[in-house]
Amino acid sequence: MSTFAGTKTPGFDLNSLRMNILVGVIKTPDTTAKIAFTDNNTRLDTQGVAFIMNPYDEWYALVRALEIKEAVGGQVTLIAVGDAEYDQILRKGLAIGADDAIRIDTEAMDSFQVAREIARQVRAGSYDLVFLGKETIDHNGSEVGAMLAELLDWPFLSYANKLELNGEVATVNREIEGGVETMEVSPPFVLSAAKGLAEQRIPNMRGIMMAKTKPLQVVAPEQGDARVRFASYTLPKEKSSVRLIAPDQMDELVRLLKEEAKVL
Amino acid sequence: MVLVYVETTGGEIRKAGQEALTYGRKLADKAVTTCVALVLGKATDPAGAGRYGASRVLHAGDGALDAFESGLYASAIAAAARQTGARFVVMAHSANGKSLAGRVAVRLEAGCVSAVNDLPDLSGGCAVRKGVYSGKAMAEVQVLTPVAVLTVAGNAIQPVVVGDKAPVEPFAPELPARKVRVKGVDKVEGLVPLPEAEIVVSAGRGMKGPENWGIVEELARELGATTACSRPVADSGWRPHHEHVGQTGIAIRPNLYIAIGISGAIQHLAGVNRSKVIVVINKDPEAPFFKAADYGVVGDLFEVVPRLTEAIRRSKGSH
Ligand SMILES: Cc1cc2nc3c(=O)[nH]c(=O)nc-3n(C[C@H](O)[C@H](O)[C@H](O)COP(=O)(O)OP(=O)(O)OC[C@H]3O[C@@H](n4cnc5c(N)ncnc54)[C@H](O)[C@@H]3O)c2cc1C
Repeated sequence: MSTFAGTKTPGFDLNSLRMNILVGVIKTPDTTAKIAFTDNNTRLDTQGVAFIMNPYDEWYALVRALEIKEAVGGQVTLIAVGDAEYDQILRKGLAIGADDAIRIDTEAMDSFQVAREIARQVRAGSYDLVFLGKETIDHNGSEVGAMLAELLDWPFLSYANKLELNGEVATVNREIEGGVETMEVSPPFVLSAAKGLAEQRIPNMRGIMMAKTKPLQVVAPEQGDARVRFASYTLPKEKSSVRLIAPDQMDELVRLLKEEAKVL
Repeated sequence: MVLVYVETTGGEIRKAGQEALTYGRKLADKAVTTCVALVLGKATDPAGAGRYGASRVLHAGDGALDAFESGLYASAIAAAARQTGARFVVMAHSANGKSLAGRVAVRLEAGCVSAVNDLPDLSGGCAVRKGVYSGKAMAEVQVLTPVAVLTVAGNAIQPVVVGDKAPVEPFAPELPARKVRVKGVDKVEGLVPLPEAEIVVSAGRGMKGPENWGIVEELARELGATTACSRPVADSGWRPHHEHVGQTGIAIRPNLYIAIGISGAIQHLAGVNRSKVIVVINKDPEAPFFKAADYGVVGDLFEVVPRLTEAIRRSKGSH
């Protein structure tokens, strides 16, 4: 028996360990995208930028959710907060194996708006687990998971690189600076996924065909004020050109690092 | 009022905690107010937070806080923020800080900006800069709420000692029940953790195989550096995953990053381009990494790296 104060959502059935898992996904510019801004440096210039599903969401959060469902039964639902351009990301997630998807039809201004919209769907449904990627590769904020956990008053297991479910108890390894922390927790909880949690899956033809008919529900946002605003963007200064040092001049390199760069 | 949550390991203030304190103290100076430190759980010297500029220290020594849990810690931090009437809550952008900031912000109905690089501009509210698009750009973020929660990017600020021990007040907030049990912590022995390292020696596929890493480790040892690697190196199991840096690995900003046999793909650069100084060793003069480097050596790493190690050894002997 676990001694935790974790409470079960109403949908949780003790006899079968079916897990209903909600996986949050977001789209980000492709990793090779050239970043530029428009509208007086207030918006990303999306011209010529291809968008992908955030790799942490796709490779780790979604795939581990699917593995759990395959092991114990249940349902994997994708959720995204965004406009119709998100449908292509959600269809990809469905092709990889998710059962259905929810899109909250609004452009969120900050991570709190995203967390609040997702929290509303969690309360309306009956989910045991919510998985997210550990961060988005564009804003690198790592904020939504913590906010969502707080809104739901659920535990938050961040930077998980291993998750084992043993009956009602989950054992999670969490990446911390210079090591790994091992923890035990009972559902429901929010988890953010790091490398190691699962292996990337490539959708196959059958998956892609099936994804076309899987349910993708579009719901209206609750809306509410944002708490921060991304006001403007700037590009970093270009690096001045590299100073080349001949391979037999390593004493000179050390001198430069000491005296010029002052990093030794 | 600026409240700084100060992280500890083994009861000692961590480097990330010193950075958060220094940021908090400078922010307090700018806002013409004071900086109060909050220490949670077992601590050997909470008064030591005064050295980095805290005027007093709240210490919640409740044993329930000896092991980390985001819900517990967030409720303690939010309680301290309310008690002190904090306008800014500052913490490190560390594994724990990142798990807490969003929770604390929700509790305080505050705007949250993570991984900030600079002090905020306080003329007309609070606007602060942070890196976005994996270091490819900076954003200025305005906080729209009376209270702001900020996490400070690692190595964005050097810890500065400005004072002496500060008075410590016991702090006993009401805490929720623990829901997560910490079973243990496995630390990689000896090395400074990558996100905190000031010098990083990193190697890629140009190394040909894991059996050749001796020269990299020797260079790192000579420099007191932490080792890192490119993604394919970790994916092929040549090096452990926790060494993988880049857009889909760890993002770092050391003072010195030495890249050995790494081509400098855009996804790799995204995780390291905020390093202060970059040295690239590569036999291909066309390797894209040279465009992002401050110093470059075009040559065979199997010759260059041992020579560099020797040169460092010599330079130490000569003073
Ligand atoms: C979505 C996505 C995310 C990614 N995320 C990351 C990430 O987070 N981190 C990351 O690192 N990569 C990432 N990658 C992979 C990235 O695109 C590159 O493939 C990878 O960084 C290349 O690693 P490398 O430089 O070690 O190997 P290579 O590209 O093979 O480069 C090896 C280099 O070694 C040099 N070399 C060879 N022999 C010698 C010698 N004897 N002496 C000197 N130099 C020599 C060569 O000239 C070459 O430049 C990602 C890719 C994708 C698609």
